[in-house]
Order: sequence, then C-alpha cells, then structure tokens
Amino acid sequence: MSSISTDICIIGAGPVGLFAVFEAGLLKLRCHVVDALPQVGGQLSEIYPKKPIYDIPGFPSVLAGDLVQNLMEQIAPFHPTFTLGERVEKFEKLDDGSFQLTTTDGTEIHCKAIAIAGGLGSFEPRKPAVESLESFEGGKGVYYMVRDPEHFRDKRLVIAGGGDSALDWTIFLADVAKEVTLVHRGTTFRGAADSAEKVKNLHEAGKVRLVLSSNVTHVHGNGTLSHVTITGNNGEPEQVSVDAFVPLFGLTPKLGPIGEWGLEIEDNAVKVDTLDYSTNVPGIFAIGDINTYPGKLKLILCGFHEAALMAQGAYKHIYPDKKYVLKYTTVNGVPTL
Amino acid sequence: MSLDATEVRVYVEDAPGQRTEIVAPTDMGLSLMEVMKASGYDIQATCGGMALCGTCHVEVLAGPSLQEPSDDEMYMLESLPVLTDASRLSCQIRITPRLDGLVVRLMPQDA
Ligand SMILES: Cc1cc2nc3c(=O)[nH]c(=O)nc-3n(C[C@H](O)[C@H](O)[C@H](O)COP(=O)(O)OP(=O)(O)OC[C@H]3O[C@@H](n4cnc5c(N)ncnc54)[C@H](O)[C@@H]3O)c2cc1C
Ligand code: FES
Repeated sequence: MSSISTDICIIGAGPVGLFAVFEAGLLKLRCHVVDALPQVGGQLSEIYPKKPIYDIPGFPSVLAGDLVQNLMEQIAPFHPTFTLGERVEKFEKLDDGSFQLTTTDGTEIHCKAIAIAGGLGSFEPRKPAVESLESFEGGKGVYYMVRDPEHFRDKRLVIAGGGDSALDWTIFLADVAKEVTLVHRGTTFRGAADSAEKVKNLHEAGKVRLVLSSNVTHVHGNGTLSHVTITGNNGEPEQVSVDAFVPLFGLTPKLGPIGEWGLEIEDNAVKVDTLDYSTNVPGIFAIGDINTYPGKLKLILCGFHEAALMAQGAYKHIYPDKKYVLKYTTVNGVPTL
Repeated sequence: MSLDATEVRVYVEDAPGQRTEIVAPTDMGLSLMEVMKASGYDIQATCGGMALCGTCHVEVLAGPSLQEPSDDEMYMLESLPVLTDASRLSCQIRITPRLDGLVVRLMPQDA
C-alpha cells in the first residue's frame, strides 16, 4: 500500500492518457498515471500491438506497439509516475476541492484534478462459468492473472484455457510450481505452434499434466481452495487437489467503478463539455474513448486533441487566478519537470 | 429465398422460444455483428469486427449451414471461457442470401 500526491491523476495509460502527460507537462503540471493492466498502451497493447495505424499525423504508418513506445519516450522528460496492475476503485472529494483516489490494492492518490482516460473501461478477466469461483478470489486460490510467478513456487496448479497465455504460463510455471495441470476444452491448441509443441513435450516428459476435451466445473475448499473438479466432455468427473486455479481466458473491457462516481453517463460513456472536456463534476475531466459529446469520433487523433484542451482546463481549475499564455514547443522547446 | 435476394431474415433468440426478426440487406457487405448492433443489440464489438476481441460471440441455433470458421476466428473462439459446438463470432459472418432463416443467440460475456 502506498500514498502518492500529484497535480493530475490520469486514469488509464492508453495512448490518450499517455499523451495527456505531455500536454499537462508543457503547463508544468505533474501527472500520476494508473492502469488496471500490468502494461501501458491500453487497447494498442492489449488488442492490436502488431497492427499498423495509418492515421496518426506525421506517421504514414506506425505499429500500435511502436506508437506506445514513442509516447513513453515523448513523455519521459516530464517524469510521470505510474501505478500499473491496479484499478482505480473509489474517489472522494476533499473539503479543499482536491481528490483522493483509491485503487483495488489500496494505493491512495491525492490530486488536484482527475483526467479519466479510461477508454472502453478497465480490462477485466473473462471468468469461466464455475459456481462459487468468486469466493476463492482475493488470494484464496483463484487467480486470473500471473503477476508474480514466484507466488506459485512449489504449489500445485491447475491452469485452464487454450490460448497463448495459458500455453506460455504452463511452460514457464512447469519449472516453478510443484505440479501443473493444463485443462483445455478442445483437443488442439490455436496458440503459437511452437508453444503448443513445447507443452506437449513437457507433458510427454512428465513435467506437466495435460487434460484435453475437459473443463474445470467445480471449485471446492473451506475458506481457501483445496481441490477442483475437472469434467471431461464425456461427463466423467475427476477431483484434483490444488493450491491454485488459474483460468486464463483473456480480458474483456468493463466500464467499472467510474460509472458509479456521480458523473453524467450516456451509453456507457462520460458526458463532457467540449470547451475543455470537463465533466459535470468540477475538477474531473474525461478524454479519449471514454467520453461522449455531439460528433464524438473514437480515434486516437481526436483523443490527443482532447488531451490538449483538457490540460488547459485542468490548469485553470488548479490555478484559477493565474493566466496561461500558449507557447509553441518549437519556440520554447520541451520543458521538463 | 433466391440466391440473389437483396434482403434476408435472420432471427435473434432473446429468451428461450422468443425470437426477434431482423431484416438485413445482402448487398452492403455487412456482418451479422453490424446488423445486430444496428438493431439495438448490446454487442461490444471492441475490435470493430477483426476477430480480435471475442465480444460479438453468438451461438447458431438453427438455419442454413455456414462456412467453416477461419483460423483467426477459431483461435479467438478457443480462448473464450464459454464455447459450444455452434459458437461463432458474429463479425465473421457475412450477410449473404444464403443466410436467410438463420437463428442465433447472443452469448454471455461472463458467467
Ligand atoms: C483493432 C483496433 C484497431 C484500431 N485502429 C485504430 C486506428 O487505426 N486509428 C485510430 O485512431 N484508432 C484506432 N482504434 C481505436 C483506438 O485504439 C482507440 O480510440 C484508443 O485506444 C483510445 O485510447 P484511450 O487512451 O482513450 O483508451 P484505451 O486505449 O482504451 O485505454 C484505456 C485504459 O484505461 C484503463 N482503465 C479504464 N478504467 C480504469 C480504472 N478504473 N482504473 C485503472 N485503469 C483503468 C484500461 O485498462 C486501459 O488500459 C482501433 C481500435 C481497435 C480495437
Ligand atoms: S467484433 Fe471483435 S471479435 Fe467480433
């Protein structure tokens, strides 16, 4: 648990949240960026890192992953700080007009303005339809992400899934855990061919157990997980003793807690004033895919423009008595913080 | 329906036994996802129809047989937690005259 104090807290490290750091930095405002995902880049990193984007001015073509890297380089002089892998959960307005945000892991961020750049919402793990799964979340045996492989050292694991992350973690954890069982509903893997091959080899060498044409159908335990039931497509159940069950079925975006903060919402998006992309709550701004206004286009380019105007609005909110005069970066160069 | 029909009827099962008819043009190169979204169904379609997100997952309940899913489609489907033998990504199903009478239901995103 940690406590952070900054000028603007940016919720969302997608392209728009990242560029907002630059625009705020030009105004000498400090930023802290929070993202529920363990890496920066939002949709660009999560959904299409290897795809070329053609409509970023000045780049006839740029790979999504490279654009994210470039943005990180561009904002580095402003020394933004990051909390990754934690979702902003609660927000509180303090008496002096500032805000206190709290993440899922209890990190507290005190800030003078908030820029929500939450895109489609936070990416949440897809959960299989298994009864009582929730009661073993929060460190009691069910994990939807592998944050620290060491956590599974010498443990007995059941991993479920048929995609790349299920295969990759099975391979990696085979050397770390005491026992790894990979359960897959189908008979073939569509993940990278060499990963599927490696898993098969590990299975043949007796280092992992592979259970195909099967699903994890039940989880059991008294407070913490003690075993799971794996049921074959033929209906045959088998009980396996485990310390951890790790379903890896990818992520899906959800608007999440932002929807409950008293902000005006329309069609799952936050309504804003296009003057400065402010919301109905003074001091809270919303930019990028998460906002809506007449004529909204969900494009990176448009989010960048919104970030520039938001920074001006946030500056005025933080320093109501100071006058800001626009200076070109070509004239002044890029200031640092 | 003839193979040059300019419209087809597809049905979405909203609840068991309760089907809504959608009339879809065949000459606009639309996908079933786009047609369902335009008809007010709550489909996220995060990736805009590129078989990258799996948020347009449907189950085919009845109707004409469809083309086999592509590798990209199968790859995405295999990574979803809920899958049936009749699972498809609606963004990968083109609206053509052959589709007339197709019945699908939207699959839940989560359990
Ligand atoms: C396949 C595909 C191709 C695309 N191609 C193009 C293109 O060519 N050109 C173009 O301009 N656009 C394109 N887009 C759209 C573009 O990706 C989006 O407009 C852009 O990603 C929006 O950026 P963002 O920063 O607003 O949000 P996102 O990229 O969605 O980032 C939002 C971030 O906020 C985080 N977040 C949300 N809520 C919370 C919370 N409570 N706590 C912590 N973190 C939170 C999420 O985890 C996420 O990382 C494409 C989209 C897709 C899916
Ligand atoms: S819309 Fe993303 S997979 Fe169909």
